[in-house]
Amino acid sequence: MNAREEVLARLRSALGDGPAEVAVPRAYRRDSSHDPDQLAELFADRLADYRAGVHRTSVDRLAETVAALLSAGGPLAVPPDVPQPWLGAYDGRVLVDGTPAPLGTETLDGVASVLTGCATAIAETGTIVLDGGPAQGRRLLTLIPDHHICVVPVTDIVGTVPEGLERLVPTRPLTFISGPSATSDIELRRVEGVHGPRRLDVVLVR
Amino acid sequence: MNAAHGKGHLYGPARFERAARTELAKPQLRENLRHATHTIRDKRAEVVDELPDWEQLRESGRAIKAQVARRLPELLERFEAAAVRAGATVHWARDAEEACRIVTGLVQETGASEAVKVKSMTTQEIGLNEALEAAGIGAYETDLAELIVQLADDASSHILVPAIHYNREEIRDIFRQRMPGAADTLSDAPEELAEAARTHLRRRFLSARVAVSGANFAVADTGTLVVVESEGNGRMCLTLPDTLISVVGIDKLVPSFADLEVYLQLLPRSSTGERMNPYTSLWTGVTPGDGPQRMHIVLLDNGRSATLADPVGRQALSCIRCSACLNVCPVYERTGGHAYGSVYPGPIGAIISPQLTGVAENTSLPYASSLCGACNDVCPVKIDITDVLVRLRGQAVDSKRGSPSAERVAMRLLSWVMSDPRRYDRALRAARRGTAPLAALLGGRRTIRHLPWPLSAWTSSRDAPLPAAESFREWWQREQAQRGETP
Repeated sequence: MNAREEVLARLRSALGDGPAEVAVPRAYRRDSSHDPDQLAELFADRLADYRAGVHRTSVDRLAETVAALLSAGGPLAVPPDVPQPWLGAYDGRVLVDGTPAPLGTETLDGVASVLTGCATAIAETGTIVLDGGPAQGRRLLTLIPDHHICVVPVTDIVGTVPEGLERLVPTRPLTFISGPSATSDIELRRVEGVHGPRRLDVVLVR
Repeated sequence: MNAAHGKGHLYGPARFERAARTELAKPQLRENLRHATHTIRDKRAEVVDELPDWEQLRESGRAIKAQVARRLPELLERFEAAAVRAGATVHWARDAEEACRIVTGLVQETGASEAVKVKSMTTQEIGLNEALEAAGIGAYETDLAELIVQLADDASSHILVPAIHYNREEIRDIFRQRMPGAADTLSDAPEELAEAARTHLRRRFLSARVAVSGANFAVADTGTLVVVESEGNGRMCLTLPDTLISVVGIDKLVPSFADLEVYLQLLPRSSTGERMNPYTSLWTGVTPGDGPQRMHIVLLDNGRSATLADPVGRQALSCIRCSACLNVCPVYERTGGHAYGSVYPGPIGAIISPQLTGVAENTSLPYASSLCGACNDVCPVKIDITDVLVRLRGQAVDSKRGSPSAERVAMRLLSWVMSDPRRYDRALRAARRGTAPLAALLGGRRTIRHLPWPLSAWTSSRDAPLPAAESFREWWQREQAQRGETP
């Protein structure tokens, strides 16, 4: 008998006592019943708690806000489909992933910042979710550079974890980000920036 | 089909009570542990209080896992089919040895001589690093705490914060002596130590061809795996190498993607006391052009099917490895994780390890508890840990029933004495008379620290009290007599 059949047979025999069907209650909250303004405020509050940068702006002023965050110098990496208006006020060097070729890890290691959008954001936990969709790019793009700027339209913010998952396609490559890279492994002292980006700036667009 | 028990790093060289004695003699360790466990438990309480529906989430978390246990064979087949459809290769392993053999073979196939590792209890359970190293493959832990423990050639002492038994000076010394490239001038500031680890591992991440991970959850409907972490080392391992090998205990299944909405709320709040951990990665097979292009999943039994066979004990398979029970346990707080001998310490370890190995192989662990029940109260999936402990104690006694025991002889004698009130009174009086000279010698202290053999087994870890100067019956009779009432 191969391992697969043997493990499955062991499990079936272990259940020989015929355990009863279990009803799964779903009495927990699905939505937080906040209005869009309250959601944006809650999200900003949670992000600040993680020591992520929070920046509120309008569609018209987005390019300026992004450029101000990039003042530290470049180069900047972006996914191929990042909306051009986001970069309108930035005059530094921009590396576009996949144009003409995918950026190598060594190149990305020398990049200062990366700019992306997101799939959805969860207010209660201060989480942004990337799914490789529009303006988000490959997973390594937001991982190797030391500074990640994420643009979040306030209409994409939901209240709770269940609402966030509802919006996602399970089979896409998903990354949930809640604050910058952090460790508490030494005497439980929080230190930011171990392997992932040290700085996370979230730009809330109204 | 008979149940088969698991092997691996699930026992220590010494029984718990002996190992605990060594650990109890380290005041610095106790101080570190007390600080750590109390800090985490306070943070946890705060973020749990924030959720008005915490109890409903716990109840759903418990029920989903009970459902999973009931449907496990079917869910595993469903998971396998979905993962294969998404481009993964699925392997099955009966035990630790078989899993190590499969992973070693898969790494060898790639021609790589090293692999980077995401922190994983399951790979520690099966002793994968040792197996890879025996085959000439370097296995590098990339989680900061696991890196510290690996460099120190030590074992983890906590599920969530494995290096919690070290303070910053000790970590600085380990880095200075053991980490290639670490400066002799490295200070003990946590920021500087984390930076040293970042520099040390950066090249390795960027050039790694093979990564090995575990998984926190595996979704049956979609074939999706989930890894929860904080530092980004997990994302590095799950994104950069071309080949990813994930060793997944068959207890990690959840039926549907939507079920994650329960556990992604319960796990971070229960473990690190955060609303959400910094990074959670979910991947389903292979995504062309993004991340690993070869994906292997090793489904591991190693005693989990044997655990499933016990109608009471099977609830241990619901554990999501949050470690909240360690941080509230008075026994763990004093002994630390090493005393348990297994990679799973604390209250949950005391029920998981003996069930995976078979109770006869691990008879002391079910006693590593005061049965106070604090662990039951914090468990996010409502495992009745004390109920399972008591059941396992029964099984441990049964497993030794054939051989005589001093304890059993003493208990039988005591039961004979106590079954007759006059006999019991006489025995108490005799005990008092017999120990009266001792009371004078002890100068007012009412406890004896060391009794002669065989009673020394009792006093090795506690003091023996002297019999009270007067029994309750005697006191009652005297009081009544003084009030002029006939007793």
